[in-house]
Amino acid sequence: MTSTTQDRSLLSRLFGARETGLVLIILTLFVIMSFASPHFLTWTNMRAMTMAFSVEAIVVVGMTILLISGGIDLSVGSVTALAMVIAGLLFLNGVDPWVASLIAIAACAGIGAIMGFFVTYVGLHHFIVTLAAMVIARGLCLLGTGGRPLGLFELPESFKWIGIGSIGVIPVAIVIFVVVVLVFDFLLRRTTAFRLVYYTGSNEKAAAYSGIRTKRVIFLTTVLCSTLCGVAGIIYMARFGSAQPTFGVGMELNVIAAAVIGGASLSGGKGTIFGAILGAILLSLVSSSLALLNVSVYWQDIIRGSILLAAVTFDHYLVKRQAAGGRA
Amino acid sequence: MTEKRPPLLQLTDIAKSFGAVRALRSGQLELRAGEIHALAGENGAGKSTLMNIIDGILQPDSGTIRIDGQPVQIDGPATAQRLGIGFVHQEIALCADISVAENIFMAQTARSRSRLMGGPELIARAAEVLVPLADIDPRTPAGRLSISQQQLVEIAKALTLDCRILILDEPTAALTDHEAQKLFRIMRGLAARGIGIIYISHRMAEIFQNCDRVTVMRDGQHIRTDRTADITPADVVNAMVGRQLDALYPPKLAGPRGPEIFSVTGLTEKRYRDVSFAVHTGEILGFAGLIGAGRSEIARGVTRLEGNARGQVRLHGAELTLRDYADCIAKGIVYLSEDRKGDGVFLDMSIAANIAALDLSRVARKGGVIDTARETAQAQRIGASLRLKAASMAHLVSSLSGGNQQKVALAKLLAVEPTVIFLDEPTRGVDVGAKAEIHGILRGLADSGVGVIVISSEMPELIGLCDRVLVVSEGRITGELTGPTLTETNIMTLAAPGAIAGTMALSGTIQ
Repeated sequence: MTSTTQDRSLLSRLFGARETGLVLIILTLFVIMSFASPHFLTWTNMRAMTMAFSVEAIVVVGMTILLISGGIDLSVGSVTALAMVIAGLLFLNGVDPWVASLIAIAACAGIGAIMGFFVTYVGLHHFIVTLAAMVIARGLCLLGTGGRPLGLFELPESFKWIGIGSIGVIPVAIVIFVVVVLVFDFLLRRTTAFRLVYYTGSNEKAAAYSGIRTKRVIFLTTVLCSTLCGVAGIIYMARFGSAQPTFGVGMELNVIAAAVIGGASLSGGKGTIFGAILGAILLSLVSSSLALLNVSVYWQDIIRGSILLAAVTFDHYLVKRQAAGGRA
Repeated sequence: MTEKRPPLLQLTDIAKSFGAVRALRSGQLELRAGEIHALAGENGAGKSTLMNIIDGILQPDSGTIRIDGQPVQIDGPATAQRLGIGFVHQEIALCADISVAENIFMAQTARSRSRLMGGPELIARAAEVLVPLADIDPRTPAGRLSISQQQLVEIAKALTLDCRILILDEPTAALTDHEAQKLFRIMRGLAARGIGIIYISHRMAEIFQNCDRVTVMRDGQHIRTDRTADITPADVVNAMVGRQLDALYPPKLAGPRGPEIFSVTGLTEKRYRDVSFAVHTGEILGFAGLIGAGRSEIARGVTRLEGNARGQVRLHGAELTLRDYADCIAKGIVYLSEDRKGDGVFLDMSIAANIAALDLSRVARKGGVIDTARETAQAQRIGASLRLKAASMAHLVSSLSGGNQQKVALAKLLAVEPTVIFLDEPTRGVDVGAKAEIHGILRGLADSGVGVIVISSEMPELIGLCDRVLVVSEGRITGELTGPTLTETNIMTLAAPGAIAGTMALSGTIQ
């Protein structure tokens, strides 16, 4: 019996093979783009790019954890919008914006709890339950606002600071993103509570046969994902200074794609936060690069879809090779 | 047997490598028409690779395959089928939602487009094949059958293909003794019609009772081929493991058993009634019975893994209230599942993470942060005590052999230092060497004061390993066997459905 990790390089000790690969791809793209476009490697562009994915990345964190537990959530875009709408309506009715935000986040957690209830205790599939929730939450957004964005011009500067302010030169939204990522990456890698998420997703029955209360794990990961959507919604609201009932349409696909490119599996048990965030960075980098190169928006979708397919295909062969190697 | 006629199937000097791993060096096998030929070898000896070559799933790197003396090239399962080779895999691959009849004729219906599915003719033809095998309605969806019935359907499926060479890969693993006996009768009938049967099994008793010849493989090589009449089971086992095994089973409890550790009184649920038993220090308690008699259900009922059983449970004399399995684990009462891959291990997680799964607090610092060094150390310590063969504790469990996966499943339970351990089919799908090791480990546990309860469908295992055996029939304990009364005949008598009546007489002889 030999000890394992000694001979690995620093990079692969920090990240797995998947993460290392993604970092290399991102760096390569970075170098190419720096030559291809004079506007790429500028402070403004970097900042804009980071801002673009930093809030969505909070949702990616929630989705990744849910995917690891074996679930999926299609309602993330609608629930993010609903957080904005609830907080916005409360604020327009005289509630303090911070209190309104907390209520909105709690409401999102409540939606997660309802979905979690249907999945674990009624026994329906995540896909169907969250599809229904996606439609219902969007309906609530439109119902609450009459379909028009709510202008929140009176939002105090102290509140808008979380969306557009900076600490030194770093935007607050990016600071929040980094903190959320670091905290959840640590929790997921190292804590017993989140290890249960991997066990449950890897083999739910084996987890139950190991004394793990799997329904509770799945319920809680569903709630966590919706709650993080709520947090993201509030940051968006602070940034836009308005509540957009139609915000986040199609967000679920982007978020799931990022997590899967980062190594999460739709059958559960696999994935890391760093990987998923690198997936989000890659997708965002590709989008903004294509925009800088004046490539049509329609092509962007085609290219993003192809990247997802390439990542999943790569994964498939990797798993098959591991299996073959193991059998021999 | 006329030696002049060329053998039905002859494989010579078959070699096959997967990358750097040489799965087969010199695979050799000679199958005559009308014989039942056992193929024995530990997991990894190359049996599956050789069979997959015969079935065209794999192509050999070198060597020749002859059928009736003619060299052939089998480039795929379809070719194999055309050459009259039928292969019943160990893994069941039936479509759960369609009927048994449609499953049986799947290959034919796929070929001829004209046939309408599910017609009365199809059902009649399916019934014709099934009747001698089992009492199965061909209209039932395959998914509703028990595992053993599904296995029989797989065999029926192969029989419809007009094969001359039939390969059966551990067909009795999921069958009861009764069903296995029926299968052997059918095999002999087929052999009498001139079909050559290759029979892969770990069970010496089956090989010696039913096969004409036996070929032993080890490390990808042909070791020996003999007529079963000319050698002993010990010869075969020694050839398989390549060393002398001292004894197949560890010595039993010599002195009197110690005080009671754990007892169950009046356990009742839908599938079992009024079950009472106790396990004492130093003994291994066995549970015998037919598949479906309720043995596993009782163990899972006690450990709160399924059902909602009523009844009293006592540990060291104190009554326990157990709400769920997590409660049981906290009290040191653990259960090893019969379905290793389904619910025993996490295949795509590391060995270390698997072993830590039941109680993460043992490898965590305060505040619930996992100490990976401690997690690895725990896995290495328990792994070493079980002689787990793995290069690193960070490797995925899926990379291990069946026997080593089973050791991981066992290590998971041992990590919580259990006081009572239920083992459901602890050596299913495990090769002979690892099997003896696991038996030794269980005896060691019993010696160290752990209450050990073994559920097994393998009679020799129950008789060889256990000090005392309780027989379960139709959800009730019908008898207790120890010492000289612990025989196959007594177990079968008590296990048969409706055995309740016979219970009194037999337990009277026990005392």
